[in-house]
Amino acid sequence: MSENEPLLSVQNMEKHFPVTKGLFKRQVGAVKAVDGISFDVFKGETLGLVGESGCGKSTTGRLVTRLLEPTAGKVVFEGQDITHMAQGKLRPLRRDMQMIFQDPYSSLNPRHTVGTIVGAPFRIQGVETEHGIKKAVQDLLGLVGLNPEHYNRYPHEFSGGQRQRIGIARTLALKPKLIIADEPVSALDVSIQAQVVNLLEDLQNELDLTYVVIAHDLSVVRHISDRVAVMYLGKIVEIADRKRLYDSPMHPYTNALLSAVPVPDPKSRKERERIRLTGDVPSPLNPPPACRFHTRCWKAQEICKQVEPPLEELASGHRVACHFPENAPQQAVQTPATAG
Amino acid sequence: MSSFLEVKDLKIHFPTDDGLVKSVDGLTFSLERGKTLGIVGESGSGKSVTSLGILGLHKGRGANISGEIWLDGEELVGASQEHVRGLRGKKMAMIFQDPLSSMHPFYTVGDQIIEAYRIHHKVSKAVAKKHAIDMLGRVGIPEPQRRVDSYPHEFSGGMRQRAMIAMALSCDPELLIADEPTTALDVTVQAQILDLMRDLQREFNSALIIITHDLGVVAELSDDILVMYGGKCVEYGTADDIFYRPEHPYTWGLLGSMPRLDREPTERLLPIKGSPPSLINVPPGCAFHPRCPYADKTGGKDRTEVPALLETEGGHLVRCHLDRAERRALWDNEIKPALETQ
Ligand SMILES: Nc1ncnc2c1ncn2[C@@H]1O[C@H](COP(=O)(O)OP(=O)(O)OP(=O)(O)O)[C@@H](O)[C@H]1O
Ligand SMILES: Nc1ncnc2c1ncn2[C@@H]1O[C@H](COP(=O)(O)OP(=O)(O)OP(=O)(O)O)[C@@H](O)[C@H]1O
Ligand code: SF4
Ligand SMILES: [Mg+2]
Ligand SMILES: [Mg+2]
Repeated sequence: MSENEPLLSVQNMEKHFPVTKGLFKRQVGAVKAVDGISFDVFKGETLGLVGESGCGKSTTGRLVTRLLEPTAGKVVFEGQDITHMAQGKLRPLRRDMQMIFQDPYSSLNPRHTVGTIVGAPFRIQGVETEHGIKKAVQDLLGLVGLNPEHYNRYPHEFSGGQRQRIGIARTLALKPKLIIADEPVSALDVSIQAQVVNLLEDLQNELDLTYVVIAHDLSVVRHISDRVAVMYLGKIVEIADRKRLYDSPMHPYTNALLSAVPVPDPKSRKERERIRLTGDVPSPLNPPPACRFHTRCWKAQEICKQVEPPLEELASGHRVACHFPENAPQQAVQTPATAG
Repeated sequence: MSSFLEVKDLKIHFPTDDGLVKSVDGLTFSLERGKTLGIVGESGSGKSVTSLGILGLHKGRGANISGEIWLDGEELVGASQEHVRGLRGKKMAMIFQDPLSSMHPFYTVGDQIIEAYRIHHKVSKAVAKKHAIDMLGRVGIPEPQRRVDSYPHEFSGGMRQRAMIAMALSCDPELLIADEPTTALDVTVQAQILDLMRDLQREFNSALIIITHDLGVVAELSDDILVMYGGKCVEYGTADDIFYRPEHPYTWGLLGSMPRLDREPTERLLPIKGSPPSLINVPPGCAFHPRCPYADKTGGKDRTEVPALLETEGGHLVRCHLDRAERRALWDNEIKPALETQ
C-alpha cells in the first residue's frame, strides 16, 4: 500500500432495509438508510461523520466493519476489497478494525470482571501475549487511565466514564489500525466527555490510530476531527477538512446545522444571524426526489426537485452536493487557471 | 417586595435502603414574572427533583421535604396535596424531557389538551377543541385541524415535544418549568423549540425555569443561571456573571470541558478530573473538593467545612472557600486565558 492510498475506501455504498408486510412478508418498500456514499479515510487521520438522527451514521459504521452487508457498493481496506469477504476470512480484519459503541452500560457484560472483558479479544483471537494475558490487560487499563488493580472488579462498580474507558481498553487490545467510534461520548456527562475526548486523542498520537468518529454533536466533531462528512437522509452532502467545513460551509444544510447549535455566550443571542429550518427530517422510507434537502431548503429552485446534485469538488478537498452552494469560490478547481 | 417565585432553603431527601439520598440540599432562589432562570448541572445533581418538588410531585411519596416555596404569595411546602394539584395547569405547568411519559398513548393529542383546558375553564368541548387547534397551530404543528385528532405515536419526536408545549401552555400558566425540553431532539428542531419557548414566554409574560446540562441552551434563554452540584447551588448569577466572570471552580470546569463552535478550536479540552459524587455519600466539606484543582489552597477547610453561598458582587453568589480576590485572580490570569487560547 502506497503512502497516498487510503486506509479505508468506501465506494458508492448502499444499504436498503426491506420493509415487509403481511403473512408472507411481501416487500412493500425499503428504508434507504445509506444510499450511495463514497469517502476515503487516510492513515493517522480522524474523519468525523455528522448528521441528525436517522441519517445513516451508525449504519455506515456497521457496514464498514462488516457487521452489516451492503446492498451495493464497495468497502476497500488496505487496498483489499472486503465487501463480500466470507465470515471465516474476516478474522484478521476483525483485529485491524474495531468499533466503540455509544452506550458504556449495555456494551459490557455485567457478569464478567474487567479482566475477562478486556482480555476477551486475546482469547477469542487466540493471540499469544509476552507476559501472559493478565499483564497485557493491566497494561491496557493503565493506558486508558484506569487502575490496573481494577482487574477483578465488575462493570457496575464503575462510573459511566470509567466504563467507556473499559470499552476502549478492550478495543485497543489487538492493536487495531482503524477504530470506528459511534457516539463515543454522547451518553456521558460534560466533564467526563472531555476526559474521554482527550483520551481518544492521546491514544491516537501514541498508537498511530486512524479514527472514524460518528457523532451528532457538531462541537465535539470539530474538536476531534481532521476532516468532516455531513450526512442527510442516507447521503453525504458535504465533505471537507474541518477548517473549511466549519469556517466556510457550502451546503445549505451544513449552514443550517451550524447556525442551530446553541452557543455558550449570552451576547450571541442578539448578534448571531440564524438560519431556521422548518419541519422535521423526512422519512428515509420515502425520501424527497432529486436533492433530498429541497423540502426544507430556503434556496431550493425547480431544478432541485428534478435533478440530483452530484457531490462535486468545488474547492481543494471540499466536495459538496448542491446546485446553489454557499461560500462557493469564484472559480471551480476543476478548471485551474493557467498562468500568463 | 417578594418575588413571584421564592424558594428558600428547600431540602428534598429520600430515605432508601442504601441510606438517605440528599437530592436537593438547601436550595434558595427567586424568579420574577417574564424572567427565565436556567438551572445547569450534570446528571444526578438534583435538577429534576427540584422541578418536581416545586410542582409538589414528591408530596406523599415518602420524601422528606423542608424549606419554603412561595408562589405568588402562597406557601406550597406546607400546603395540602389537593391544593397544590389544583394549582397545576393554570398556575404552574411543566414540560418534561420525554413527551411520551407525560402523554397518554390511548387518547388523541387534542383530547389531552381539551381535558387539561376544561379542568380550569368551564367551557363546552367544542370551544375547548377550538382552543386546542389554536394552540397546536401556535406551536408550529402543520395542519392543526387534522392533527388534533392524531395519537401521540403518530407524531415525530419534534412534533410531540411541540404538542406537549401546547398542552403545558394551554392554560396560560404563570410559571413554566421545562426539564431538558430539547435534549432528545435534533439540533435543527431544538433551535425551533427554543425560539418557540422564547416567543411564547414573552407573549404570556410567564416565569420560566429551564433545566438542562447544556450550557449553550441556558446561554440562549436565561436571564439568571443557577449552577448545581451535589444537590446544592454552587454558583448563581446573571447570564453575564456565569459566562463572563464565573468564580466557582466547578463552573470553570464545565466551561473548560466544552468544545465551542464560536471560538477557534483549542488543542485540548480541560476536563474536570474524577466523576460526580453519589448523593448518598456526598464528600464532606465542599462536595467538589475531591475534583477541585484548587482544594489545597483553602488550608484544609475544603474537607471539613461546607462553604456558605456568599454574595461576591451585585447578587452574584458563590459557594467556595477561596477568597474572592484569589478567585478573581485565578479567573483573570489562568482560567480565562486558558479557555480562550490553550
Ligand atoms: N435493521 C434495520 N432495519 C430497518 N431499518 C433500519 C435498521 N437499522 C437502521 N434502520 C433505519 O435506517 C435509518 C438510519 O439509521 P441509523 O441508525 O444509521 O441512523 P443514525 O444516523 O445512526 O441515527 P442516530 O443519530 O439516531 O443514531 C433510520 O431510519 C433507521 O430507522
Ligand atoms: N424517588 C427517589 N428516590 C430516591 N432517590 C431519588 C429519587 N428521585 C431521584 N433520586 C436521586 O436524586 C438524585 C438527583 O436526581 P435528579 O433526577 O434530580 O438528577 P438530575 O440533575 O435531574 O439528573 P439528570 O441530568 O440525569 O436528569 C439522583 O441521585 C437520583 O438517583
Ligand atoms: S440542491 Fe437546491 S434544494 Fe438542494 S441544498 Fe442545494 S439549493 Fe437547496
Ligand atoms: Mg446512530
Ligand atoms: Mg433530570
